[in-house]
Amino acid sequence: MLRSNATQKLLAFAALIFLFVVFSLASPNFLRFSNIIGILLATAVNGVLALGVTYVIITGGIDLSVGTVMTFSAVMTGVFITNMGLPIPIGVLGGIGAGALAGLGNGLIIAKMKVPPFIATLGIMMVAKGLALVISGLKPIYFPDNPDRFSFNDIAMGSIIPGLGVPNAVLILFGAAIIASLILSKTVLGRYTYALGSNEEATRLSGVNVDAWKIAVYTLCGMFSGLAGVLIASRLNSAQPSLGAGYELDAIAAVVIGGTSLSGGEGTILGTIIGAFIMSVLTNGLRILSVPQEWQTVVTGAIVILAVYTDIIRRRQK
Amino acid sequence: MGDVLVLMEGIEKTFPGVHALSQCRFDLRAGEVHALVGENGAGKSTLMKVLTGVYKKDAGKIYIKGREVEIPNPRAAQHLGISIIHQELNLMPHLTVAQNIFIGREPRKAGFILDDAVINEMTERLFAGLHLKLDPTTRVSELTVAKQQMVEIAKALSFKSEVLIMDEPTAALTEAEIEELFRTIRHLREQGLGIVYISHRLEELKKISDRVTVMRDGRYINTVNTQESTIDQIISMMVGRTIFETSPEIPESNHQETLLEVRGLNRGNVIRNVSFTLKRGEILGVAGLMGAGRTEVARAIFGADPIDSGEIFVRGRRVQIKSPRDAVRLGIGYLSEDRKRYGLTLGMDVEDNIVLASLRKFLQFLGLVNSNKTSTTAGQVVRALSIKTPSLGQKVKNLSGGNQQKVIVGKWLTADTDILIFDEPTRGIDVGAKSEIYKLLNDLAAQGKGIIMISSELPEILRMSHRIIVMCEGQITGELSSAEATQEGIMRYATQRGGMIRADRTNPPEVEFGNP
Repeated sequence: MLRSNATQKLLAFAALIFLFVVFSLASPNFLRFSNIIGILLATAVNGVLALGVTYVIITGGIDLSVGTVMTFSAVMTGVFITNMGLPIPIGVLGGIGAGALAGLGNGLIIAKMKVPPFIATLGIMMVAKGLALVISGLKPIYFPDNPDRFSFNDIAMGSIIPGLGVPNAVLILFGAAIIASLILSKTVLGRYTYALGSNEEATRLSGVNVDAWKIAVYTLCGMFSGLAGVLIASRLNSAQPSLGAGYELDAIAAVVIGGTSLSGGEGTILGTIIGAFIMSVLTNGLRILSVPQEWQTVVTGAIVILAVYTDIIRRRQK
Repeated sequence: MGDVLVLMEGIEKTFPGVHALSQCRFDLRAGEVHALVGENGAGKSTLMKVLTGVYKKDAGKIYIKGREVEIPNPRAAQHLGISIIHQELNLMPHLTVAQNIFIGREPRKAGFILDDAVINEMTERLFAGLHLKLDPTTRVSELTVAKQQMVEIAKALSFKSEVLIMDEPTAALTEAEIEELFRTIRHLREQGLGIVYISHRLEELKKISDRVTVMRDGRYINTVNTQESTIDQIISMMVGRTIFETSPEIPESNHQETLLEVRGLNRGNVIRNVSFTLKRGEILGVAGLMGAGRTEVARAIFGADPIDSGEIFVRGRRVQIKSPRDAVRLGIGYLSEDRKRYGLTLGMDVEDNIVLASLRKFLQFLGLVNSNKTSTTAGQVVRALSIKTPSLGQKVKNLSGGNQQKVIVGKWLTADTDILIFDEPTRGIDVGAKSEIYKLLNDLAAQGKGIIMISSELPEILRMSHRIIVMCEGQITGELSSAEATQEGIMRYATQRGGMIRADRTNPPEVEFGNP
C-alpha cells in the first residue's frame, strides 16, 4: 500500500537529513544533545495533532479545528484537575474525552448533515475557541505543583526513563505515532480510512457503512487533539485559553510535507512524523543561525508549496 | 442451456416526465450469455438497474429460479446472487487487489484487526478458478482497465453470484484484452453462470452471445438466437421502421469556402486520427453512440482540452488553439451539451449573458462597460433570435431550455463567431421548442455560418445535416451524404470497431483517414 508514496516519503526523509547536515555544518550548537532534545520536544504537540489530521486527510477530508480543540481540551483538563480537584489520570482522560467529543461533533456534522469538512471544522474551530474562553473566564488555569509526588507538569516534562534525559512528551509522541500507525495499517478502521479517500462511492456500494466510519475517523482525530491539549497544558503547567489558533495549519503542513495527498487515498504516519520534524528542525536551525522568526515562517510556507509541487510533478510523470 | 435463472415480466418504470420502461420482459438461463442491445436511451441500463435493486419497479414481476422476489436495494440483489459490473469500475485505486475484493467483509481477528494474509490467499484461490495470473497484493491503480475488470469479476464471483451483468465491458479494452475477457466469459458460462452482456458493439455479439434481446424506446422488441439472425436484422429491430420527416433542402455548398479543417487529431485513446472539413453554410452532423469521442473532439477543437497531435486550419490558415480564448478569437463558438454548467451564468440576466463573451467590444473610457451599447446589442439579438423573455433584465435561469439555448447562440453571434459547434443542441428541450432550434440552425447556416452538430438522436441528425460523419471509439468510422444516410447505415458505423469498412457494403462511402 505504501509503494506509490514511498518516493515522496523518501524525498521528505532526504530533506530532513539534508537539513540536519546543513544546520550542523553551519552551527556547532545544532547537534548538541540539549538542542536535539529541544527539537524533539518542540515537535511533540504539533506531531500529535498531525497524527489525527493524517487520518482525516487520507479520507479526503480536512480538519481545521484541531488547534482550538486542543486548547479546549487543555482548558477542560485544567477545569477537571485544578477547579474540580479530580485526580490527574481522570483529568487527563477527561481532556482527551473533550477532544473526542469535539471530533464526534465534526464527524456528525460532516457525515450526517453533509456539511463539507472545510466548513464543518471551521465552525467547530470557532465554537471550540469560544468555549475555551468562556469556560476559563479568559484567564489561564494553573495546575498545582507538587514537588513530592507526580505532578501534572511531569506528564510532558518529566522523564520516565531515568538517566536518559528524554522528556516524556517525546516518548508520548513516539508511542502515539506507533499506535496511530498500527491502527492505520492493521485494523478495519485504517482500511476504511484509505477506502473512503480512494473511492467513497465504491466503498459505500461494497456495503461499508461509510457514515459511521467517517464519524469514527473525525472522533479519532479529536482524541489526538485532546492528547495534544493535555501535552501542551502539562508542558506549560497551565491551560492557556487564547493559545491554539494557527496550530491546525502547522499540523496540516506537517501532514502534507510527509507525502499525504490532499485528494485522499494515500498517506502514512511515518511520513507525517518526518514532516513534523522537518518543520521543527527548520525552525530550530534558522533560529540558531539567528534568522528572525518572521523569516522562518516564510521558509516554512515555501517548503509546504515545494512539497506539494514535487508530489504533483511525480503524479504527472506517472 | 440450463434452467431459467431470471425471469422479468411486465416491468414498468416511470420517472417524472419519462416512461422509461413499458411492459418489459427479459429472461436469463444458466450457462448462457444473453446480450441486451438497443440505442442510447432504449432502457437497457434502466432494466438492469431494476434487476440489481438500484431502481424500484412500478409494476411487473421478477422471478429468480422460479420464485417471485422483490429486490428493494443492491444488497438484496447481491444476496440473490446477482452482480453487476458497471462501465465505470467501482474500485478503490489505492488499495490492493485483495483488499478491494474483500472490502466491507474482511476477516477480522479480535473484532477489528485485519488479516491480509488470509484475504490474499482467498484471492489467489479465486484467481486460480478464473485461470488468472494476478498478484493479490498489487495496487489496483497499477493495473490496466482490463485487469481491473477481472478484479471486479472475481469480486462478483466471491459473492457466489450466479447472474453476472456486464455493462459495456469491452468499451475500454484492446483487441487482445477483449479476447481474454471472452475466454473468461466462456469459462464462466461453462460453469453454469448466466451472463447478461450489454453492448453497443454488434459484431461482438456474434462471437460471445447465445441470445440477443433488443429494446427500443423503453420497450421489449424481441429475443432471438444469435446464430439464427444477422446483424442487419438486429439493427433494424434497434432503430425500428419509423418514417421521419424529409431532409432539409441542401444548399449547393461544394463551392463554398472551407471554414474549418481538422487533420489527424489525436489524444490518447480518446481521439484517434480524426480528420474532417467544414464548409461555409454547412451543417455537419456528428453521429455516434455515447462515449464515441464526439464531445472530446469538439472540446479539443475549442481548446478546452489539450491534443497530442494534429493540425487545425481556420479559413485556410493553420492555427494553434491552446485555450478557448484562442478559439473565440478565431471565431469558433462551442455550445456544450450541459448548458447550465458550461454555457450560461444562470444567476445573471439575459443581457449580461449575451455580451459576456465579447465584453471587450463594449468597453469605453477607463474600462467601464457602455451599458447603452450592451442593451442595444442584446435587444437586437433577442429580436433576431426571437428569444422569449419578459425583459433583458430577466435572470437566465428563469427561461425555458429552448430560450436558454438561444441566449447562448446569441452570445456567440455577438462575439462574431462563424464556426458554431452544437453539442446535443436539443437535449432537455421539449418537442415544440426543438423545431425552433432546428429553424435557428438552418437560418444560421443560410447566413453562411459553419455548423457542427453533435447529436445522439438519429432522426435529428438525418433531418438537419448536409453531411454526416460517424464516430466510434475516438475514430471516424464513416462519412455519409444526407442523400445516402439512413439510420441503419449510421448505426452500422457507430457500432464498428477499428474504423474498418464492412466488406459487404455495396456502396462504400468515402472515409477520410480510415486506416492510420
